[in-house]
Amino acid sequence: MIPAPTRYARASDLDHAFELLAEPDAKAIAGGQSLIPVMKLRIARPSLVVDISRLELRGIEERDGELHIGPLTTWDDLADLAHPGLEAIAECAHGIGDLQVRNLGTIGGSVVHADPASDMPAVLLALGARLEVRSPAGSREVPVAELLLGPFTTTLEPQELVIDIVVPLPGPGSGSAYASVEHPASGFALAGAAALVTSDHETVALTGVSATPFALAAGDPRAAVAAAEIFGDRFASEEYRRSLAVVVAERALARARERRAS
Amino acid sequence: MSETLSLVVNGEQRSLDVEGRTLLVHALRDGLGLTGAHIGCDTSQCGACTVLLDGRAVKSCSVLAHQAEGRDVTTIEGLASDGELHLLQRAFVEHHGLQCGFCTPGVILTAADLLSRDGSPSDGDIRRALRGNLCRCTGYQGIVESIRAAKDAS
Repeated sequence: MIPAPTRYARASDLDHAFELLAEPDAKAIAGGQSLIPVMKLRIARPSLVVDISRLELRGIEERDGELHIGPLTTWDDLADLAHPGLEAIAECAHGIGDLQVRNLGTIGGSVVHADPASDMPAVLLALGARLEVRSPAGSREVPVAELLLGPFTTTLEPQELVIDIVVPLPGPGSGSAYASVEHPASGFALAGAAALVTSDHETVALTGVSATPFALAAGDPRAAVAAAEIFGDRFASEEYRRSLAVVVAERALARARERRAS
Repeated sequence: MSETLSLVVNGEQRSLDVEGRTLLVHALRDGLGLTGAHIGCDTSQCGACTVLLDGRAVKSCSVLAHQAEGRDVTTIEGLASDGELHLLQRAFVEHHGLQCGFCTPGVILTAADLLSRDGSPSDGDIRRALRGNLCRCTGYQGIVESIRAAKDAS
């Protein structure tokens, strides 16, 4: 299908992007791999598409004990990331969509699209990541845990753009992993889990099983999943999804522990 | 509201009128007459419209025409040179890599991306790269054999 009529403008820098995004129904586009499909279905009908894809916000840099990931970094860029303790990032990026989607799709675009079955938010939650966001009003930091309000809904203001994704480097002797069971046609997670195992704690976050990805309470994943609110739909009943959640959580934890040990 | 857009397609500077909403696939097919990029679905899933954007496989139904401005677009029409089929095209002919042929342009351009970054992909790598290209003739075996043959011949 053809998207509803819209105008297109390419932002030359951040200030230009903010100016363009002042239009009430404007929408920022980066890789477009989430936005264009929903524009084609006319679920999204922005009056103006603000192309931010050529801003200099792409690339990965380690600085002061943290990894800084530019929001325009593609899945394909991330699939090559080799960092001890942060294995979950590349593992997750490697499995997203297909080759074509990974070539264009960006981590920032995906995270703010806030699909409840999106893979990477679980990884960012488990790793304790935060976003630096900017608007004409200034900058602020948003922990990923405070970004996601519900399906396709975030706490970002209309003119706010993510300008950095900051992942604390886990200490030496840490390991992480991402495991999921996908819907075979869409590739989205019926249940996905990211795990981080360090010398003093284990964290697991789930996606695809609830209105938003969330970090699991500490302790035995089976007990934590039993206490969590899990939804069911025509692809997987609540009971089945709950059991998948335990399976992927245990798989991710086992692999993260193995990586920590090696 | 239409605007004139300049695109580099198959090495040639081309210009055409597009709207803000025009998808790259429609610009190529309707604006430039390059009908090798096929439209096989409405949901961005089938990969029949795959082209190369700066050498990387993308679904041209999921890119706005404006986003391709100033980038190199390669369609299936641009793969052969001087009347000689590309290695992949020849391999698909020789190894029965197509039945009805509808998905073939997209499959070949996806394979071109794969081979440009990995000179010796395993069958598993080839199948993984093809995840975004659907073939309704269920001809995947021949497709994998063709790509393997092109790899061996390169």
